[in-house]
Amino acid sequence: MRALALAAVAVGIGGIVNAAQAADRQDFTQIERGHYLTDAGDCYSCHTQFGGKPFAGGRAIPTPFGTLLGANITPDVDTGIGGWSDERFYRAMHDGVSGDEYLYPAMPYPYYTKVTREDAAAIRAYLATIEPVRNEVHSNQLRFPFDVRASMKGWNSLFFGPGEWQNHADKSADWNRGGYLVEGLGHCGACHTPKNAMGGDENSQHLQGSVLQGWLAPRIAGESWSVDDIAEYLKSGTNALATASGPMAEAVENSTSRLSLADLRAIAVYLKDQPAAAEKPPAALAADDPLMQAGKAIYADECAACHTLDGSGIARLFPSLKGRASVQAAHADSLINVVLNGTRAAATPGAPTAPAMPAFRWNLTDDQVAAVTTYIRNAWGNAAPAVSADSVKAARQAMAQR
Amino acid sequence: MTPLGARRLGLHRRDLLAATVSVLAFLSSAQAATLKGIPDWSPNGGSPPQPVRPGPWQFFSPEEGAVVEALVDRLIPPDPNTPGGKEAGCAVFIDRQLAGPYGEARGLYMRPPFQDGDPQQGYQSPLTPAMRYRRSLAALDKYCQASFAGKRFHELPPDQQDKLIAGLQSGTVKLENVSGRGFFELLLQNTQEGFFADPVYGGNRDMAGWKMIGFPGTRYDYRDWVERHNEKYPLPPVGITGRTEWTVRHT
Amino acid sequence: MARKLPATDVVIIGLGWTGSIMASELTDAGLNVVAIERGPWRDTASDFPPAYAQDELRYHIRHDLFLRPAQETMTFRHNVNQTALPIRTWGAFMPPNGVGGGGVHWNGQTWRFLPSDFQLRSHLTQRYGAKFLPDDMTIQDWGVTFDELEPHYDRFEYLCGTSGIAGNIKGRNQEGGNPFEGPRSRDYPTPPQKQPYGPVLFGKAAEEMGYHPFPQPSSNLSQAYRNPLGVTIGPCTYCGYCEWFGCGNYSKASPQTTILPVLMRRENFEARTECMVTRINLDGSRKRATSVTYVDTSGQEWEQPAELIVLCAFQLFNVHLLLLSGIGTPYDARSGEGVIGRNYSHQVTSSVDAYFQDKNFNPFIASGAIGMCVDEFNGDNFDHGPHGFVGGGYMGAVMTGGRPILGTRVPKGTPAWGAAWKKAAAENYLSSYEAATHGSCYSYRDVFLDLDPTYTDAYGRKLMRITFDFHDNERKMSQYLTDRLAEIVQKMGPRSLEKNPRAGSYDITKYQTTHTCGGAIMGADPKTSAVNRYLQSWDVPNLFVTGATAFPQNAGYNPTDTVGALAYWSAEAIRTRYLKQPGPLVQA
Repeated sequence: MRALALAAVAVGIGGIVNAAQAADRQDFTQIERGHYLTDAGDCYSCHTQFGGKPFAGGRAIPTPFGTLLGANITPDVDTGIGGWSDERFYRAMHDGVSGDEYLYPAMPYPYYTKVTREDAAAIRAYLATIEPVRNEVHSNQLRFPFDVRASMKGWNSLFFGPGEWQNHADKSADWNRGGYLVEGLGHCGACHTPKNAMGGDENSQHLQGSVLQGWLAPRIAGESWSVDDIAEYLKSGTNALATASGPMAEAVENSTSRLSLADLRAIAVYLKDQPAAAEKPPAALAADDPLMQAGKAIYADECAACHTLDGSGIARLFPSLKGRASVQAAHADSLINVVLNGTRAAATPGAPTAPAMPAFRWNLTDDQVAAVTTYIRNAWGNAAPAVSADSVKAARQAMAQR
Repeated sequence: MTPLGARRLGLHRRDLLAATVSVLAFLSSAQAATLKGIPDWSPNGGSPPQPVRPGPWQFFSPEEGAVVEALVDRLIPPDPNTPGGKEAGCAVFIDRQLAGPYGEARGLYMRPPFQDGDPQQGYQSPLTPAMRYRRSLAALDKYCQASFAGKRFHELPPDQQDKLIAGLQSGTVKLENVSGRGFFELLLQNTQEGFFADPVYGGNRDMAGWKMIGFPGTRYDYRDWVERHNEKYPLPPVGITGRTEWTVRHT
Repeated sequence: MARKLPATDVVIIGLGWTGSIMASELTDAGLNVVAIERGPWRDTASDFPPAYAQDELRYHIRHDLFLRPAQETMTFRHNVNQTALPIRTWGAFMPPNGVGGGGVHWNGQTWRFLPSDFQLRSHLTQRYGAKFLPDDMTIQDWGVTFDELEPHYDRFEYLCGTSGIAGNIKGRNQEGGNPFEGPRSRDYPTPPQKQPYGPVLFGKAAEEMGYHPFPQPSSNLSQAYRNPLGVTIGPCTYCGYCEWFGCGNYSKASPQTTILPVLMRRENFEARTECMVTRINLDGSRKRATSVTYVDTSGQEWEQPAELIVLCAFQLFNVHLLLLSGIGTPYDARSGEGVIGRNYSHQVTSSVDAYFQDKNFNPFIASGAIGMCVDEFNGDNFDHGPHGFVGGGYMGAVMTGGRPILGTRVPKGTPAWGAAWKKAAAENYLSSYEAATHGSCYSYRDVFLDLDPTYTDAYGRKLMRITFDFHDNERKMSQYLTDRLAEIVQKMGPRSLEKNPRAGSYDITKYQTTHTCGGAIMGADPKTSAVNRYLQSWDVPNLFVTGATAFPQNAGYNPTDTVGALAYWSAEAIRTRYLKQPGPLVQA
């Protein structure tokens, strides 16, 4: 309903928009599809300031090279993209250029390039219907030399291969649909694929997991969960084992929870079929290790009331810690972060509870956080490298600086 | 030190007596807010308690501190199994409580007129707990020095101390300008609080009070023991700041 | 000078249980709702996480979650001949504060009242004759029946996920449940909680004596549960920190764990916290509420106009606001006329302390609504003819924790301090048990609420004055219930036991329960009630008043289930009838 009402407003300003229209301002089917695809691309998260008007930009996106601000993509002619031609919009999505300027890949054009022209037109059609907001955003807040946009030309030649998604004839329709969403609009690799020193994808480790802003984006290639478990997680933010929190909570709330179950199942099919890098699980730490002993005591006293003594948790409320790949990943960043600072789970229409994990930075020392996270990573059949007090200290300091 | 829950515990008495609507801002650190949606997550959005640190008296003078230590050690005397009130930190607990919001009756209704009524109508006095301690300890000191040849309470032998406390309790020992029985009741209540409250507040040192009775402290999960009827609970007590087993024994 | 805000459809005063239910129902009906709450926002993981929620000193002894008397309190006297004095620190009851209200720190005991409780005066008069009731007892019928409320009890219990065993489903008795309860349409949402040692011993003893013990219905859940709003509640871990405390692991039903996650995200809902409503404003006709005035933390006054106002504060504050706003005729104890402040009541509890030789009860393993109960002596479940009193209560082994500052008991005669006290405390903590009765408190002509002539609150408003004392009927009842309880406890085999019936005068410093009731009661006659059977003000039809405020007298059960059921019942009347045709739902 809201989209339709806004569409009516947009018709009024249609006259001043560039005439070469692939995006039909009257085609409600196309607009609704564009709305869906805009959700799939999670455009909202980067292009909306906290508490601000939708898509009016201004949200800070931290990168290793400095901060970028999400652009205003409302149809405002002066400060948004109301004056853009559809071709310019497609080029931004497909080639990472806006007019004669290079975009930075914080705008995930290395993924959006996979989007078909038809889908890009639908997104454009939808974005033309939202409330135009006058909001001047100076996106580029990077440090020299990264603030020179022309430098992206070289970056693109190294790390960017434009081109729409090509179906794999030997794979199912689901697999191809999933691949189109994962590699394109979903831009899953933006978080889940490790980056090289220049911020480009390490293609050899596609979707093998990465760490950003103190959060682990776990390996999702070759995911061991069932298709149903993955789809439920993406739809509701929780399932019998896990609960989305941190950046993934936002991705679920603003994007995946709004996708159809059929598309989410397709995503699951595709992810499960991706090769998982061979991992050599380390041997679990011995139970009499001093870290394990202290960690066990802390776990029983502070954690078990929610996550249960055997680490199995409570389905759809308190995540299981037992057997979870993300808990045993080489990097314990998320685990440390969550113990120190707490976090709130995703809230979706299907799972509105959004329980929160309390912060323990006020009563656990670095040693104790190291002990309890080490214990969680090595109890109940789990096995992962021990966590050092130094890494906890670093995480504590990083948080204080943020 | 930010005392217990000071962020939430409300009003300073001085502000109360000012009796204007503008004092309402002191009722809480939180400001009036309009909420649409669940407020954003922030670590420690609540107010965890600040552990009491050892160190000099914060409310008592050294002389007062010595007397209160002697008093709490008679109310809860040491025995071979369990330390007494002094070693368990009850005097430190009371000192820190009196230096904080409790001492100044923060948040309580302290508007006049003050008039005596039926005891079942509740305590009616403009005196805060801090003022009651200060006056009562001075009066007790005066009583002791006058009755026991210049000796102070903590310099008396234990049986004489006990006799004096019993006299306060029964009302036979009268203190000047304060109710000896009222002071006894307040002191006993605060001493037992100090003996059994979480060690984070300075008393119940080493969880001595909890160990004495068999209370496991801040444990939050007894699912494994609720149906183990008539069986002693096996785990040691734990406090808000933990227990010794939380310490990593680096080798 | 109050600054006037844009009008909204509905203003809700107080965002506790009934405010949350009303807001949920009325936003669901498409209305724009603003809730104004005098206390702070409260969230499980930041305000009472399991790392420091279990703090007896902070929450129980120092009252950290409750209203500060400095902000608002009452005065108290036993009778009209006494001068009322202010309650300077809380004692007999604990007024809640903040989002979630009493739902944050209740025990989760979730009882329905008996069918006969709702027609109390007619029922007792029919069975025993009018002369059996004391002359000054002013008990009344409610104007609503158990059968009418049953679907709404059911809704509240399924909202909470309440754990228990049904005793009566559609008239068929169920094994193991309370055989005296009114017929319910279906079983509890979740099975009963596990029982620790004390309740199990009590249950055996009661059964041997021919009673029908059953587990107390608990909204601390036996297992995880997803309610009809889609909100998930966790399993209780028997930590023993329910009443006075917020639940740290999402296992006690509260607005936080059942409604707010959905309500707060509704576009047509807004909550204003730390904002104190100081009065409800009427138009010139005095028959229509136009707005509420509130004060924020900076002292700024605001006026919020609305079409419909729902008063959802705690019972005492509902009555206070009505008195301060001049809505309805204040009760006059001399003439017995007037309705605001009439039929105030509280609760009559008692206990039996038992000391055992060879038992370990692990009293700290508990929940707020754990225990085995018998209901043989509640309401009119037994023949009162020979006893010369009316009313009753449930009784049972319902110890809700072993928190040591207040839970360390010693046998009578033990010195209050010194080596003997210490020895007795060490010896008896694990091996003693306190069983309790939870009894009714009926209403009387000389028990009421009005405005105090002397004392004012932080906003310069007159405090409310409570005039209350126990009457002989209640004392007799308490003695009788305590004697029956002691017989069962004796069968558990203690080396000694002590009966503590309620005797003498009411003491405002001794905790009773937080179940204060009445003052703006519901009924069929505007001469003797403030609100009609739908909780709608007789005098101001666009004002509804929820909560135990509406109870004409208190029954022998905890009130929250009935408070929740009445809120749903009233909300349904607003949704299906009032919104179609705003105006009185019952013609006076």
